[in-house]
Amino acid sequence: MPEADHDGLPDYRAVGRHAVFPNADHDQTERFNFLARLNRHLASVVLPGVADAYRQRVEPAFEHAQGRKPAHRREARQALAAEPLYQTWSALRRNTMEMRQQAGLSLVLGQRDQLIGETRRLIDEGRLRLDPQVRIPHYLSAVDHHCMPGSYYTERTADDVTAAANYDAGMFVTTGGMLGRYTDGGGRGMVEYMRRRHPNWRPRRILDLGCGLGHNVLPIAEAFADAEVVAVDVAAPMLRYGAARAASLGVDNVVFAQADAADLAEFDAASFDWIQSTMFLHETSCRALRRIMSETRRMIAPGGFVIHIEQPQYDADMPIFEQVMRDWDAFNNNEPFWTKLHDVDLDQYMIDAGFERHELFHGGVTAVVDRELFPDAADDNAEDYGRKAAWHITGAHV
Amino acid sequence: MSEPFDAVALAGAKAKGKRPYFFKDADVERVLSIVMAVAGELAVTRMRLDTLEQLLIERGIVAEADIEDFAPNAAQRAERGRWQQEYLARILRIVQQEREAIARPHEPTSEAAGERLDDA
Ligand SMILES: C[S@@+](CC[C@H](N)C(=O)[O-])C[C@H]1O[C@@H](n2cnc3c(N)ncnc32)[C@H](O)[C@@H]1O
Repeated sequence: MPEADHDGLPDYRAVGRHAVFPNADHDQTERFNFLARLNRHLASVVLPGVADAYRQRVEPAFEHAQGRKPAHRREARQALAAEPLYQTWSALRRNTMEMRQQAGLSLVLGQRDQLIGETRRLIDEGRLRLDPQVRIPHYLSAVDHHCMPGSYYTERTADDVTAAANYDAGMFVTTGGMLGRYTDGGGRGMVEYMRRRHPNWRPRRILDLGCGLGHNVLPIAEAFADAEVVAVDVAAPMLRYGAARAASLGVDNVVFAQADAADLAEFDAASFDWIQSTMFLHETSCRALRRIMSETRRMIAPGGFVIHIEQPQYDADMPIFEQVMRDWDAFNNNEPFWTKLHDVDLDQYMIDAGFERHELFHGGVTAVVDRELFPDAADDNAEDYGRKAAWHITGAHV
Repeated sequence: MSEPFDAVALAGAKAKGKRPYFFKDADVERVLSIVMAVAGELAVTRMRLDTLEQLLIERGIVAEADIEDFAPNAAQRAERGRWQQEYLARILRIVQQEREAIARPHEPTSEAAGERLDDA
């Protein structure tokens, strides 16, 4: 038998660079390599054991005690909490997140002033619009999302970009390169999806909600280079870094604007042909979600598309064990709205916001990556549940 | 330039939100966390060593076989043996100390010793 191949993970050195990408020395690089492999090992070697334990120990014990199988995620989660293998996997996974944060933060804090200086130098005035009036929503400030100390928005000093630089530098660890060299596989997948279905469509104005540092909006902006793209986020460090990163990568049709996606009165009705959100809604709240949906209804131009991409919803067809695994980050990786978002009927939210049922559509997107170097989600069989590079589209074509 | 700050402390800062523990005993989880950090650093060091070896080979300073076939002489063997012994003693220190404690079952804690100092 041939020796098992190595896990196929690319080396951190293959990660795409740009002028504000933090420099990593030998050991900092290897720290990321170690953490990425550890994550991969947890997903492909340890987690299947948790699945076996569920089937062979947890579920039978539950059935023995209750006379039935777990009927809901909640019951299954409680039962799993006592399973030693689940405890080990969970403790290791949580710990890996914390190590990744420390590795990323120590990397970027050590070059903070250079990163800020380089960002200032690169930003083209017209491409960044900050608004100090924008308040950080309570659903962002309650806990630090995915155990990222200081979250997206903390400014440790004037013109700070460290939160964004840390997010960018360490993304490789969590996703094992599944999102591609520039962590933009989702955006590239989205472009492919639209091109295939609407080959002649040319949006003039595009709005990206909760853009972060612009990972997934840049491929869209590049694919529709004649379009004017507005990318909004509440977090100034992400926007500054995003604007500098875009400039460095030669993308010049995006304006990064500080704004709350739930209140976009500054933009006119029917003023965008494409409104996109990529892995954003799960970090909001029910109330914000309603307002975001109404704002998109108001701002979308006739003939335009509103598209949200997220992990698939929990529905009756999804096995309970899979639901528990997908829900892990909600409880254990500071994703407080994750459960709720994946439980609600998003179509109904859109209809309540004024979309017609016949305008709604659904679809799937998998990350499009440089296959020479990076694993392709479409042929990946290590299931890391909520972190898989494959998403569900909830959209409207008005 | 901006004001000085403690990058080491900041990098290790706790994220907002109470931390979940998964094991019955939080002490075990704390130890696991430290062990994994050490495991990570060991991997980093191993990679650094490999980098060095590769560079030495590439530049013709040593051949790969030189490393694989390396046979330490008597003095080197002794030195390496000593290193291994000390290394094991270092990482298993707590085992040594718990064993020494068996012989001294009646030792006071420092706190108890201190209390006795109140009237002595
Ligand atoms: C997971 S990140 C999104 C990633 C990004 N869309 C991408 O594709 O890389 C979530 C982002 O949403 C932002 N955010 C959260 N609530 C927001 C709101 N109400 N309005 C605008 N941005 C918000 C956060 O600051 C964060 O940058």
